[in-house]
Amino acid sequence: MKPKTEFSEITIENYKDYVFEKSPRSAHWKNMFWAFLVGGLICAFGQVLIELYIIWGVKAELASSLASATLIALAAIFTGVGVYDKLGRFAGAGSTVPITGFSNAMVAPAIEFRSEGLIYGLGAKMFLIAGPVVVNGVLVSVVVALIRSLFLGVG
Amino acid sequence: MQFYDKKQTLHFKNVSFVSGFTLAGPKEKQGKLGSTFDLTLEDDKFGEKTFEKAERKMFEYAVSGAIAKANLQPNDIDTIIGGDLLNQIVSVSFAAKKFKSSFLGLYNACGTYVESLIIGSFLTEFFNKNVLCVSGSHFSTAERQYRYPLELGVLRSPVTQWTATGVGASILQRHSDGCPKIVSATIGRVVDFGIMDVNNMGAAMAPAAKDTFTQYFIDTGKKPSDFDMIATGDLGKLGKEILIDLMEREGYDFNNNYIDCGAELFYEKQKTYMGGSGAACSALVTNGWLYNNLKKGNIKNLLLVGTGALMSPTTSFQGESIPAIAHLVEIEMGQKES
Repeated sequence: MKPKTEFSEITIENYKDYVFEKSPRSAHWKNMFWAFLVGGLICAFGQVLIELYIIWGVKAELASSLASATLIALAAIFTGVGVYDKLGRFAGAGSTVPITGFSNAMVAPAIEFRSEGLIYGLGAKMFLIAGPVVVNGVLVSVVVALIRSLFLGVG
Repeated sequence: MQFYDKKQTLHFKNVSFVSGFTLAGPKEKQGKLGSTFDLTLEDDKFGEKTFEKAERKMFEYAVSGAIAKANLQPNDIDTIIGGDLLNQIVSVSFAAKKFKSSFLGLYNACGTYVESLIIGSFLTEFFNKNVLCVSGSHFSTAERQYRYPLELGVLRSPVTQWTATGVGASILQRHSDGCPKIVSATIGRVVDFGIMDVNNMGAAMAPAAKDTFTQYFIDTGKKPSDFDMIATGDLGKLGKEILIDLMEREGYDFNNNYIDCGAELFYEKQKTYMGGSGAACSALVTNGWLYNNLKKGNIKNLLLVGTGALMSPTTSFQGESIPAIAHLVEIEMGQKES
């Protein structure tokens, strides 16, 4: 731990540092623990779904797509009944990063802005949170593909 | 640096605070001051289709409630003054449609309630017989405007506060015996100490509160110990701690009789982190708990400061820091004239 700085005088210049010293910190270890646990459980549950679909006679490739779809549907339902936000309150990245988090990020604004109608509300605002993720995801994938083709050639 | 070279404190002689009405949401009802509210909601949609409609209805009920509590008729109110947190202050404006009084809409974020008391005091002192001051906010409408959709699963920062759901309304009347009086006011100035974190409103607003308090003490020559109670609107636990420190550095002791309305509203277990915030905070606590104690004589004089953070989501996304304001009113329980 860094020793606390003594502020003999508070000015506009050092006020930010002063506030930083005074503010309670995020409980990083606790947050990481819950993120690891919940994120891990969601992924493990996904794996269980894949195995189940295979047992039920679905092809391996199709089984993983089906498992993803199931997770998305479940997360949408849990968002709708008001459970997913409570999970996110303590799980943080553990419930945001898996595919279920993406589902939550689509469904939450859809519910929220339904009151402004299907077009200007739900339709326009549905990608409020997920939109930047999609845009940046596509952008990064293009950059990665370019680098790959530079070194390995096209094809 | 700020200089206190001219007087900013104004004095009133004729402004009586005759009634206060509070309407609070379900979470506030379960909070520390739950029993002090006049009306509480079981459902924060108030039987309406949208949260915005619910907020409007809350304003209508609070205005009517305050009028009834003062034994007046809606026609007796000359002017309604107030504001809320929504864009274009729609809640209070739409609610004012239902009443025949003149209407002034205000916005100073969470400092709106005290701002309305100050302007209401001017009108009452010189022109109007009855003025109604109202301010409020709703967690669910503020959250979607300033932050995220309600159902989005996000981790909240430990310095965040919780926008209170509720509306508080006060009636000011010229000369009325046996009621608290608004005797002076200090209109604050906009102060920006460069805080960028929109979660940390308390820290952004504390320097503004310090500025207004210091101005008041210099103008009047009074000191904190002259008051039974000093209250700020919604600095929250962190902002309160910062203000105590800032005031101490100016030579004023805030350790004994100072509370923050936001920090008083909720229990620790309600997970609001630094406490309540929003335009409802100071209005709920002042019109409920503080007003009752003033009326009973438990508090003889009170300094109330409403603090507001004046940013918008647009300015925050454009990388601007958070300017803040604080307005002060001094409320005194007048001697009962026998």
